[in-house]
Amino acid sequence: MNSPIEFCHWLAGTPGSIAFHESIWVYPIVDSIHVLTICVFLGLTVMLDLRLLGAIMPATPVSRLIRHLMPWMIAGFVVMATSGALLFCADPVRTYLNVFFRLKLLFLLAAGVNAAVFHVMASRTTPRWDLDLKPPTRARLAGGLSLLLWAAVVICGRMIAYDWFDKDPESLAR
Amino acid sequence: MSVPAVFTWCETSWIGEGIRVSSWLFPVIESLHLLGLAVIGGTVLVVNLSLLGLGPGSRSAAQLWHDTRPWFVGSLAVMLGSGLLMFMSEAEKLYYHDAFWVKMSALLVSLVFTVTVQRRTVLGGPDRVSTLRSRAVGLVSLLLWFVVGAGGRWIGFS
Repeated sequence: MNSPIEFCHWLAGTPGSIAFHESIWVYPIVDSIHVLTICVFLGLTVMLDLRLLGAIMPATPVSRLIRHLMPWMIAGFVVMATSGALLFCADPVRTYLNVFFRLKLLFLLAAGVNAAVFHVMASRTTPRWDLDLKPPTRARLAGGLSLLLWAAVVICGRMIAYDWFDKDPESLAR
Repeated sequence: MSVPAVFTWCETSWIGEGIRVSSWLFPVIESLHLLGLAVIGGTVLVVNLSLLGLGPGSRSAAQLWHDTRPWFVGSLAVMLGSGLLMFMSEAEKLYYHDAFWVKMSALLVSLVFTVTVQRRTVLGGPDRVSTLRSRAVGLVSLLLWFVVGAGGRWIGFS
């Protein structure tokens, strides 16, 4: 097992993956959890990004918003990532080869880097612009980028379900 | 016109037909619906978390309500618009789909609850509304919206 695709073939053959793939209830439930957690993780991320852009909740200091929303965002992200990983396990070979899945991972990585850069910056400088209706350019840039990148993640995620660019099933066989 | 006739009219209209024959229109509209979900979910959560005493500024639910209203209304419009388009492309199937009726009933109840009970509770402020009532309203609202979302996802299965 040296390449990712070999790993995917191995994973697809495990009893857990097969049972999950063929389940009547478990797959739709995990899928629903993954989609509905958009409200928790992404919904709150959008609220924070809009605040950084100066477009919402002008009376709420940025640091307070971050402090109160962060536990929910982290919890939402953990549920999203776990359910997403499970969904991958249900159909690893097709998903791995799917172009939208790969794009989604790239946008996820970019969104993660953007968030990390922002948090390092914000932890040093927030007190100075905490109550500004329009935070500094760098913070607004981070908020705007975050909105765009997460929108791309959602769109690519939805498109994984469609098979326009899927490889010929024959070539999927080992 | 009977209800099934309206559904059939929707599905056979040029809009319903156009979405159905296109291979990419439905997924694009679905994506728009999901992006709207993120925004409306954020506004609903921020207000309800603060009613539950868990959100940003538990003392300013009324402020958050005012601040998030334009985004709630805007994202609701996106959700209703994109939802209507998806409905039109498969209306006849949805007529026989329990999840569709569950979702639409829950949506109606959620919206009525939001503009009546929840609005009064939020705008009443902590001086006139008991903590227990605030929390109960926040919880009921979250549950109602959960049924709307879960019903919506379930329409896609089967």
